[in-house]
Parts: sequence; C-alpha cells; structure tokens
Amino acid sequence: MVPIISIILGLLVGALVMIFSGYNPVNGYIALWNGIFGDAYAIGETIRQISPYILAGLAVAFAFRTGLFNIGVEGQLMVGWFAAAYVGSAFTMPMYIHLPLSLLAAAAAGALWGLIPGLLKAKFRVHEVIVTIMMNYIALHVVNALIKTVSGGGFKTEKIQPTASLRSDFLSNLTDYSTLHYGIFIALSMVIVMWFILEKTKTGFELKSVGFNENASHYAGMNVNKNIVLSMIISGAFAGLGGAMEALGTFGNMTSRGGFTGIGFDGIAVALLGANTPLGVIFGASLFGSLKYGANNMPNAANIPLEIVSIVIALIIFFVASGYIIRVAILRMNKKKEAK
Amino acid sequence: MSFLEVLYFIIPTSIAYAAPLILTAIGGVFSERSGVVNIGLEGLMVMGAFIGIIFNLAYADVFGSWTPWIALLVAMLVSAIFSIMHAVASVSFRANQVVSGVAINMLGIAIALFSVKMLYGKGQTDFIQNKIPRINIPILQDIPILGPMFFKSVYGTSIIAIAVAIIAWFVIYKTPFGLRLRSVGEHPMAADTMGINVSKIRYTAVIISGGLAGIGGAIYSQTMTGDFGHATINGQGFMALAAMIFGKWHPIGAMGAALFFGFAQTLAISAGSIDIDFIQKIPTVYFHILPYVLTILALAGFIGKANAPKANGEPYIKGSR
Repeated sequence: MVPIISIILGLLVGALVMIFSGYNPVNGYIALWNGIFGDAYAIGETIRQISPYILAGLAVAFAFRTGLFNIGVEGQLMVGWFAAAYVGSAFTMPMYIHLPLSLLAAAAAGALWGLIPGLLKAKFRVHEVIVTIMMNYIALHVVNALIKTVSGGGFKTEKIQPTASLRSDFLSNLTDYSTLHYGIFIALSMVIVMWFILEKTKTGFELKSVGFNENASHYAGMNVNKNIVLSMIISGAFAGLGGAMEALGTFGNMTSRGGFTGIGFDGIAVALLGANTPLGVIFGASLFGSLKYGANNMPNAANIPLEIVSIVIALIIFFVASGYIIRVAILRMNKKKEAK
Repeated sequence: MSFLEVLYFIIPTSIAYAAPLILTAIGGVFSERSGVVNIGLEGLMVMGAFIGIIFNLAYADVFGSWTPWIALLVAMLVSAIFSIMHAVASVSFRANQVVSGVAINMLGIAIALFSVKMLYGKGQTDFIQNKIPRINIPILQDIPILGPMFFKSVYGTSIIAIAVAIIAWFVIYKTPFGLRLRSVGEHPMAADTMGINVSKIRYTAVIISGGLAGIGGAIYSQTMTGDFGHATINGQGFMALAAMIFGKWHPIGAMGAALFFGFAQTLAISAGSIDIDFIQKIPTVYFHILPYVLTILALAGFIGKANAPKANGEPYIKGSR
C-alpha cells in the first residue's frame, strides 16, 4: 500500500511544483505519457531504458535481503560498463563465445567492486554504506583513467565488435527503428535467477536468514561472514550486468564521464518501491525507466524542463522512506471508518 | 619553480579547496553527533551552490561588492530550510536515514537544475561578476615564508571556515548544548530520562548541518566555478562526509582531514604543472581517489579506530528498549 500512495503523493507534489513554476501539470503529464507510450518507437526506447534499471534494482534488492545497503551499485555498474566495452572491442572471437565473455567480464568487474565492501564488512565490521559510496568515486576516476589508457589518451573506448553486440534488428524493426536490444531478456532472466537463488536454494535461505537476524543465523551454525561477502558479490554482478546493457546494447562503447550515470542511485528507488522482491523490481524498474525516458518528451511537447521527473522520483523515494507516517495515517483512517 | 614557490602555490590553493569541505564536514559532525546520519550533505551543498550563484547574479547591481557575502547568508538560510525535510523524515517520521539522505541528494540537484532551466532556459547559469575576492592580510603577510603561504591572496572564506571549526569544537565540547548534542547521539534514552528533548536537539543539529553545508556549497560555487551547472558540486558533499569520518566525528579532526583532502585535490589538478619529478610521474588518478581510499582505510581501522556515535542512524522511539 505504501509504494502506491508514495507514487501518487510524488506525482501530486510534482504537479504542485509545476503549478507554482507557472507550468500546466495536465499538459506536462500528458507529454510524459506520450513520451512513454506515444508510438512504437517510444515504447521500444522505454523498454530499452527499463533493462539497466531492472538490473540495478536487482542489485540493490539482493543486498537488502541480506541486510546490506549497497549504495555502490553506481560504481559497480560503471566498472561493468567499462569491462564489457573493453572485452567487446579488444578481442575478435565468434559470437557464441564473445558475447557471453563480455557479459561475464562485466559481471566479474561488478562483483569485484562489490567484493571489497563485502570483505571489509565481514572482516572489520566496516559499514558498507560509507565504503560503497567511496567505491563509487574510486570507480568514476579509475574508469576514466582506464578509458584514457585504453584509447591512447582519448575520451572513449572503441566501438564493440558486432560479435559482442546485443543489438537486434528484429526488435529494432518491430519498434520503428528504436535502439531496443536483447538486453531486456537478459534482465528478465536475471530476475528469475534472483528469485531462484533466494527462494529455491540453501544459499538463498541462508542469505535471507542473515538479513533477518545475524545472531540467530550464527547460532544456527551459518557462516554469517561468508554470506555477507557472497551477497555483495552477487549484488555487484547484477550491477555489472546493468553496465553491460549500456556497453553492449545501447551505446556500444564507453565515454569518459564527468559524473555518475544515476542508474545505480535510481536502482535504490527501484528496489525500495519493489519491496526488494524480484517481481517488485520489475514493477519499480518499469515505473522509473518509463518516467526517465518519457521525461525527454516534456521539454518539446509541454515546454517543461525534464528535471521535473527527477524531482518526482526523489519525492517518491522520500515518501517511501517515510513509510511509517503513511502507515500511521492509513491506520487512523481505518479506525475512523470503524468508529462510524 | 623552486620548491618554496611550489609551496606558495599549493598551500593557499589547498586551503581554498578545503574551505567548503571544512564547513560541510562540520555540518556533518553536528548532525551525526546528534545521531542523525546525513548522507544528504551533497544535496544540501548543491542547494547552497545554486542559491549562492543565482542570488549573486540577481542582486549584484544592488549590493555591489557585498553581494557574495550576502549570497552566503541566503544560501545558508535556504539550505537550512531544505534540511528540515531530512530532519522531519529522520526524526519525526522514523525514516531510514540513509534512504532519506539519498532522496535529499536527488532532490537537491533536481530542484536546482529544474530552476536553472526555468530561469535561464539553458543547462547552466551565466558567470557571476562578483566572485569572493582574495585578500592580503596586512602585517601578517610580511612574515617571511609563512606570510606568502598563509596570508597572501587568501579567500576570506577560508578564514571563516577555520574559525567555524574552532567555534564548533567549543560548542560541541564546552557548552551545555554540546553535551546534550553528544548525549543524544550516544544514548538518547538516557538523555531523555534526564529531561533533554531528543527531537528538538536532533532537529537543531540537522538544521545546523544544512546551514553549514549551504555556506560550503555557496563558497565552492563563488570561488571555484563561478557558475552553476549539473557538475558544479560533483562529490564535494561526499568528500566532506569522508572528511568527517576520517576526522573521527570531531570538528578539529574533520578540519584536518578536509585540509588534507584539499591538498590531494590541488595535487590532482596541478600535478602536471608542478616541477617536482616524482609528483609528475604519479598518474593523477591516484590523487583523485586518495581521499576515498584513505577513508576506507581509516574505517577499516588501519589508521586508528574510528567510532561512530552509538545511536547514529537509529530513530529514537520513546519507551522502546
């Protein structure tokens, strides 16, 4: 109940912001809607945008289930992006090896970036929130330096080989020549992988158990530290694959960046909104991916700066975080109804 | 360039880079000492940087050379008001403080960019004409060696930052308010039994942190960049957070760490032009990541033990154990 109320509140406050800024919220939201579902091309691009959001959301959600807050998805995603772009462009191989290898490289890079905070948490009880934030900035600078090295002083990596590409003529033609690629199927299969790990394996049971109560899990004979590290590795791997979506599907290379992609931070919102369940992540990613892509239509169609959507997303996170007060409000309203 | 000339360049620049970090990190010390985790420092700084610039642009004709200073005050006020959101969420609504902080960060940059587009119709503002001036301090600047290092062409804001650090130390360790602040962050229930209003102290602390981060952001934009765009504040808030932790939640420690991070940033930017062989050979990426790596090492206990306030990040619920 809380996520839905939060979305409504976020959209309402967003509308208020538009009114106070002298824009027409109805036109704004119509432009947003058309930007998402307007035609086949828009739908294709929206789905393309959703795939990295699903993976970023899975990464945050998976760590959450073990009681870990992985704010480092952003950095893990960036190293994954670079790894995929590098492996995708530097080698010549047949497709059935090259594509999986590039994806694997991205997952491994992300996992490595998740391993460090995981180890520090397990060995030294260092809070993973601070370490992952710091790892984000380290990733940003290291990736930029690596791009410079790989490209011989340039600002972007070479285009990936066609054998490593996720591009799909079929999907592209289907959606009026959008950049929709096969990544969405990888993202959806990872949703199933997360569900399978958490619900159908012993490892998943242990991970969740550590998330519920570390001490009880320890008492029951589980290796808490091992599970913390494992959770961060898997979470990082999901994030790295999110980067591969950008490298192998959407952009085909990586350009050096002045700041973050924002996908990793939005992943926090996706996971929160989806209550950290695999299915919920699809829902959250669809919402935020659509909002983000649809916003591009707002400046042209309604003359409203597209940042309004970032305001709405931030507000939704704020309201989800303040879920306690929303639950209290619902409780009060129900009581009043009973009294009548 | 001789070694001394290098120092004459590096030290004032380091202090200039450190000033915004010092103020913001001290804001963080206030908030976290009271038990409220404040990841939102970055967003509060963005808000300060943004307000500083637009106020400066709009009122440069009215206030003349006073404009940047009044802009600092306005930025402080607006960021303090903005931080109330974080206070309400973390203290009254019992929100997850990290999540609320993330929301503040996203909201800060979104509101700032939205307003910039609305006001100026483009992605960044114009450049301000009235930057914060560099001043020479009379008499002190004539001291040999130390004079040119610390007192020639310094920003007045750097002096303010160091003064604020000392005042903060006094307030936190030598006044009743400071004692209450620390007790609320260590053991809110004990403080509550002694008749201290936990919520009130925490609200005050978060608002102070908002105000200081606001000044920090406005100093950064009015000394370093001169305009406001999406990358004006790019990790300064998180670096301040790092300085706070590296300084072990102590105002003077945070100041020391911020000065050191300012030094690392200066090296990263100017390493190529410094004529010292071993510095030129180090790739700049190492200077860029130095503050973050050091923070991780500090947290892992390799550089002394850093202990966060006990009740940091936990909402206080009356009557719960």
